Amino acid sequence: MLELPTQHDRNPDGVATSVSPALQVTNIHKSFNRRRLGLSVLEGVTLRVEQGEFVSIVGPSGCGKSTLFHIIGGLVQPDSGEVWMNGQEVTGERGHISFMPQQPALFPWRTIEDNVILAQEVKGISKREARMDAREWIAKVGLSGFEKAYPHMLSGGMQQRAAFLRALLSPEELMCLDEPFSALDALTRSDMQRWLLDMWEENRRSILLITHNIEEALLLSNRIYVFSSRPGTVLQEIEVPFSRPRQETMTEDPTFLGLKRELSALMKEEQRKMQILR
Amino acid sequence: MRLWWNKIWPPLVAVLFLLGIWQLCTSLFEIEKWILPSPINIAREAISGSAGLWQHTLATVRLTGVGFTIGTSVGLLIAIVLHRIPFLKSALYPLLILSQNVPTIALAPLLMIWFGFGLLPKVIVITLVCFFPVAIAMMGGLRQTDPIMLSYMRMIGASNRQIFLKLELPHALPSLFSGIKIAATYSVMGAVIAEWIGSDKGIGYYMMLQKSSYRTDRMFIAIAIIVVLSLTMFAMIALLEKWFARWNQRQ
Repeated sequence: MLELPTQHDRNPDGVATSVSPALQVTNIHKSFNRRRLGLSVLEGVTLRVEQGEFVSIVGPSGCGKSTLFHIIGGLVQPDSGEVWMNGQEVTGERGHISFMPQQPALFPWRTIEDNVILAQEVKGISKREARMDAREWIAKVGLSGFEKAYPHMLSGGMQQRAAFLRALLSPEELMCLDEPFSALDALTRSDMQRWLLDMWEENRRSILLITHNIEEALLLSNRIYVFSSRPGTVLQEIEVPFSRPRQETMTEDPTFLGLKRELSALMKEEQRKMQILR
Repeated sequence: MRLWWNKIWPPLVAVLFLLGIWQLCTSLFEIEKWILPSPINIAREAISGSAGLWQHTLATVRLTGVGFTIGTSVGLLIAIVLHRIPFLKSALYPLLILSQNVPTIALAPLLMIWFGFGLLPKVIVITLVCFFPVAIAMMGGLRQTDPIMLSYMRMIGASNRQIFLKLELPHALPSLFSGIKIAATYSVMGAVIAEWIGSDKGIGYYMMLQKSSYRTDRMFIAIAIIVVLSLTMFAMIALLEKWFARWNQRQ
């Protein structure tokens, strides 16, 4: 059967034990100089993603989430702090994550099949080998028949599936998803959330998801970090108390609704602070 | 096929119509043949002198082909180098534009003095007119690389080389082709100018020869051949573009 490039020993809960975390970010500080004014974007952010864990970051817009992703991806050097992955320090190094951006960013001159293998190609895996793998997966994510189609022939939801598959097939253990569904309409979005949930529960990769949708974060993740408005810090860390596989009915559970209300209040408060600062 | 025909017949009819008026005018107003020969006169002359014309045309085609290939390659190379090294770009970009302000007609005799009457000065003339549209179009295409795709490639750790080969180059192809199409038509003009200045064969040389003996009909033949050559070059590049950028045809 199909196997993901990286596999780890996991306890029945699906979370690996006694292995170093997939991602450990320690005390990250970052500020940008604009018009000689130091603008502090991240102030002492610490978070971790265990092997095979699904972690979300929620926060008001402009809380430095994207900067944090750029630091994890190695595009931006933090002023201080460290990024560790699988027991190795990788601060400022590129090429250790698999990534799914906000827009699908599929290359219009590549067929879906060739788009999906792009991350593997960049990692130096031969096209032929990657394609064989990709064909089976394309069918699994419900895109069979579109292998030779170009991206513009696909709907928004289908394009995001292809973009997700591209990230999934990348050999890096940690997947970073940057608000992957924010550009979709509400219906497609909830469809895609369910789909992602199923995909993840089958494959158990380590995922760090940025979102500003609280329900999405609660539905999908094991843990949630709530970020404050700028400068970004971790306000709160929440263990999501629902068992897996997650049921559709969970969104009506009183605990779920309670958590959602609590988090919404927290976010609104932060958003309000932002506006006062402006 | 039908679609192609639908596209081709309106301009064809227009050209035939204009030729008809021309023919009518020359016989109606009894215009002297050495001032304006009629289309039928020109066609007759072309057929009778076809053997010699063929030789000249072949020479021009060969020169155009060599010059166009070298010119386009130079343009491409300049664009890639300047794109990769931003400092060079800011230093040399104004010079590139300056190179287009020097009229080819003024430069060609100089090149003949420096490099003689062989192939080299002619190729340089064609290169000078060809490289510019290619370089400018290519640089524009490379600069407009989709920032989201670029940031994606960086996030997954692609090297500069991979970014160039897998993203920037294919992204720039449509703009590159619009530059190459211009260069293709320019290259014929460049070849004719080069032959004007110093050559013993080719359409440009033929034109100079006929001009000195007031053979207006033959001048028109030369013009017709140049037009056909330009159109052929253009069509070939357009076909190539269709194949290379087939993903870009949304309709």
